[in-house]
Amino acid sequence: MPTTTIAGRDVAVDDEGFMTQYDQWDEDMGKALAAAIGVDMTDEHWNVIRFLREDFKAQGETPTIRRVSTAGGVDTKQLFVLFPKKPAKKMAYIAGLPKPLGCV
Amino acid sequence: MRNLLILGGGTAGTMAANKLRRMLPANDWQITVVDADDDHRYQPGFLFMPFGTYRPDQVTKSRRKVLNKDVPLVYGEIDRVLPDEKAIVLADGTRLDYDMLIIATGVTPRPDQTPGMLSDEWGVSVHEFYTYEGSVALAKKLHDWPGGRLVINIVEMPIKCPVAPLEFSFLADDFFKGRGMRDKVEMTYVTPLPAAFTKPIAAQAFGNSLDEKGIAVEPDFMLMEVDSEKKALVSYDEREVPFDLLVTIPLNMGADFITRSGLGNELNLVPVDKFTQLSKQYDSIFALGDANDIPASKAGSVAHFEIDIFVENFMQHIAGKEMTHQFDGHANCFIETGGGKAMLIDFNYDTEPLPGKYPVAGIGPMSLLKETRLNHMGKLAFKWVYWNVLVPGRSMPVPALMSMSGKRTDLTTTQ
Repeated sequence: MPTTTIAGRDVAVDDEGFMTQYDQWDEDMGKALAAAIGVDMTDEHWNVIRFLREDFKAQGETPTIRRVSTAGGVDTKQLFVLFPKKPAKKMAYIAGLPKPLGCV
Repeated sequence: MRNLLILGGGTAGTMAANKLRRMLPANDWQITVVDADDDHRYQPGFLFMPFGTYRPDQVTKSRRKVLNKDVPLVYGEIDRVLPDEKAIVLADGTRLDYDMLIIATGVTPRPDQTPGMLSDEWGVSVHEFYTYEGSVALAKKLHDWPGGRLVINIVEMPIKCPVAPLEFSFLADDFFKGRGMRDKVEMTYVTPLPAAFTKPIAAQAFGNSLDEKGIAVEPDFMLMEVDSEKKALVSYDEREVPFDLLVTIPLNMGADFITRSGLGNELNLVPVDKFTQLSKQYDSIFALGDANDIPASKAGSVAHFEIDIFVENFMQHIAGKEMTHQFDGHANCFIETGGGKAMLIDFNYDTEPLPGKYPVAGIGPMSLLKETRLNHMGKLAFKWVYWNVLVPGRSMPVPALMSMSGKRTDLTTTQ
């Protein structure tokens, strides 16, 4: 398993750079990860990221866009505004969660 | 006398009922199936009906007739499950009590979930083939369609039989060639996935096939709405794909009564343990086949392997023992590639489809991830296998858990 340095700390990541250890993440790292993919974090972004973190803790998997929209209350259109082009991957990346399962 | 109630008399519900009826003592357990009607459809046949390969009457049998005669079938719409009272209520008010419940009501295409999809163009220039009615209507449409822009679209994953939209594209290419009008049809495959399929090695094989057949791919397309006036698909990131004929795979959802009963997720699927299919909320409820949320393909093939393992677990569970068998997400399926050939893929939760031989290593006779005539014959023969071996709950001469033997593991990628 590769490791990398985010916000000055060594963390475990997968081949595409998604963090693999839930507990290694904190909001400073979230900010650094967001900056790395060109996302400027606002309160609205943080609301979404915090929902992802809590939902993962409760459900054991990264929520889909549909789940963020129905259970998290942020509509899909807005997710595309906050995390342009690939919101599912970008949200998971910033939140330090595994890449969402490409549902088979 | 204890009651096992099975909601849904489709592929999973019927297989479970037929297998368990032989395993459970008749003087101890009554098994009852509930469904709204008597039409058991051979759903893989819906792929072929639009091209006239199967006639509508070849894909339907009576649910009553394919169920064990000692399993009563109750006709009715399910209003809700009362999990704390261990009962279900039908729309006409009938109450049925259970000791154990199996939810096997599958998933259904829901065009109503995408803005603009159910417009005046529905059934005119906007079609689907995931229902009996839709497939029949599309056959009529294709019969005298003059050509133009044909767009094949997947709204969102997961869908039933995730390879069917690819197969539809390959068969459509063949169909138009056969009619001498392929040059009049411009085909585009519009998918929310980053490539033609979810698993890398198979995605490459399918992507090559699309390319060879001159079918363009529009990846990463999250459909926001169907603009029925412009006749175009519009994505959330504001891309537009115009069509003359749209064949869409609408959002697939579980039955509404599941969420009404507090048992469903945002797609009305029942969250279960992925190895045993026991509900995460209630130890008197299992969900089998497409109705559950396991990270495997929604397909009869998965339901079949899953139920082979499930029945062993069920017997332990009702005896108050720990369930010791684990389903691995095993699936295999034939993929029609046109020209009388097909591919075969075999995979599970952890292993993507790989090239090789199946079911016997080095010998086959089936080839994995390769277009052959024999695979196509296998696909057509499967209809007989479905009605005569799978649904009656007889044993298939292949193992339920996936085997790595015969597979080219050197090609494995990380996912």
